[in-house]
Amino acid sequence: MKFGRREITAAYVLVAPFVIAYLVLFIYPTFKMVELSFTNAPLIGAGDWVGFANYIKLSKDNLFIQAALHTGYFVLLTVIPTTLIGLAIAMMVSRLNGWLQSLVLAAFFLPYILPVTVVYLIWTWMLDLQFGIAQYAIELFHGSRVAVFRDRYWAMPTVAFVTIWWTNGFNVLLFIAGLRNISQDIYDAAALDGASRWQMFRNITWPLVWPVTALVLTIQLILQLKIFDQIYLFTQGGPFNSTYVMVQFIYKNAFQLNRGGYAATVAVALFAVIVVVSVLQYQVLRVRGGRS
Amino acid sequence: MKRLNISAAILTIVTVACALLWAFPLYWAVITTLKNEYEVVEPGIGLWPKIWTLGGYLYVITNTQIGRWYLNSFVTSGAVTILVLMISAACGYALSQLRFPGRTILWLIILASFMVPIQTLIVTHFILMNDFGFINRWAGVVLPQLIVPVAIIIYKQFFDQIPREYREAALIDGASEYQLFFRVFLPMNWGITTALAIITFIGAWNNFLWPFLVVTEQDMMNVTVGITQVHDAFGVQYARNLSGAVLAALPVALAYLLFQRRVTEAIMLSAGIKG
Repeated sequence: MKFGRREITAAYVLVAPFVIAYLVLFIYPTFKMVELSFTNAPLIGAGDWVGFANYIKLSKDNLFIQAALHTGYFVLLTVIPTTLIGLAIAMMVSRLNGWLQSLVLAAFFLPYILPVTVVYLIWTWMLDLQFGIAQYAIELFHGSRVAVFRDRYWAMPTVAFVTIWWTNGFNVLLFIAGLRNISQDIYDAAALDGASRWQMFRNITWPLVWPVTALVLTIQLILQLKIFDQIYLFTQGGPFNSTYVMVQFIYKNAFQLNRGGYAATVAVALFAVIVVVSVLQYQVLRVRGGRS
Repeated sequence: MKRLNISAAILTIVTVACALLWAFPLYWAVITTLKNEYEVVEPGIGLWPKIWTLGGYLYVITNTQIGRWYLNSFVTSGAVTILVLMISAACGYALSQLRFPGRTILWLIILASFMVPIQTLIVTHFILMNDFGFINRWAGVVLPQLIVPVAIIIYKQFFDQIPREYREAALIDGASEYQLFFRVFLPMNWGITTALAIITFIGAWNNFLWPFLVVTEQDMMNVTVGITQVHDAFGVQYARNLSGAVLAALPVALAYLLFQRRVTEAIMLSAGIKG
């Protein structure tokens, strides 16, 4: 292939800002993170090369194993429920039209654009043991009030619940787009054949919207593996470490215990997990691309 | 037929009820800020303030550095937005319309980085920003947020729709490469640029973990981090706490309500769905 000289110069000038930013802010920190994980360095300052000592320590670190399990538990509590709730809401919203649809959609979507600290302040107020309005609902179903963020069984499911409330609008949007792509003709034909609502859902909606479902599932999975903000704000990992998660493990070791090397080791582990999941996601998306 | 109408009406009512319930915490938070602290802790559910007051807001405005926090948020989020869009538009344009050695490999790298979890780099980003002397500086908040491969992917897809002959014709007319980019190609994608600008700004404004880590001095905090300091300082004062929260959420809530269609469009694009 022949390149125009002027064109090449222009191209390099235009891609240079990205390439420089990428090298300085992504490639270098990534290699630095891997290097750091083989040392006993504090957060700021040099350390000695310790080989695989950090990794061996990590595999035996009870708290790390707990953090990994808690992250898994959180993923379990959020990913599938939020996907199903998102689909249900999208189906409810997409049968409306006009201003009512815009209004209802806005109600479901608005929480998604809020900063996490605002979500935190709203829900500490909603769930306040003494004055929180949501405690009436808890009383109704559970029989008594619960200090949800100070109870080791309630803390994680409550954070998961708030997370679903906060982020579900995103899923609803994607599902509405997916549902819009299903032709009304198919439903009309099925209705003529006397199909029930459930049959239509089972045999038309669900299979045709599946590519979007797979997309939402994988996006949520990657997102929730990186859970930190809400947990840090609501519980700081407590009570009794019952909500202690992976990113918190990194945060605590690096910024509170001043163990840069060990924190980097955990970061490498999490990085690897997310890259593996992302490659799986890419496969899912490729299947989806092939279908449409 | 009549039975269908009734069931449809019931379904609509259920939908509206769910929407109201879903949005209720937002209403409840806003209405709480308009009560005084005594009324806030009264038993029962007061859906409407007995005495309207802006006391919570006045307190937050006069007793915290919220003005300063707002400035920090606007400057850093604005800088992230402008820089990300400039970097991405230029790179996306070059990848789409120009031919140069290394183009394919650069494109593959960007596609691959789409999946990479930049948040796991907090430790080394902190070390790097410390080396630069950017801890507690606007630059330290901004820099690590600049890697957004998905913006480049979106720009490239849009520039791809413009045939290459278009470029060649403009070149023959005597336009320079840079004029072509700034005067011809960039204005064509104005819609995408605004959509991306809005969600990049919202994302930067809402970002918590990084601004929280890199800033330790109160007067350098972003407003979203700062409002949790109100909480720590005054304990259980819900009207005040929530006034801070409402003020922190106001710019993004307004941006969404004013540009609803653009926001949804941009979200679909970043998720890879054309709406």
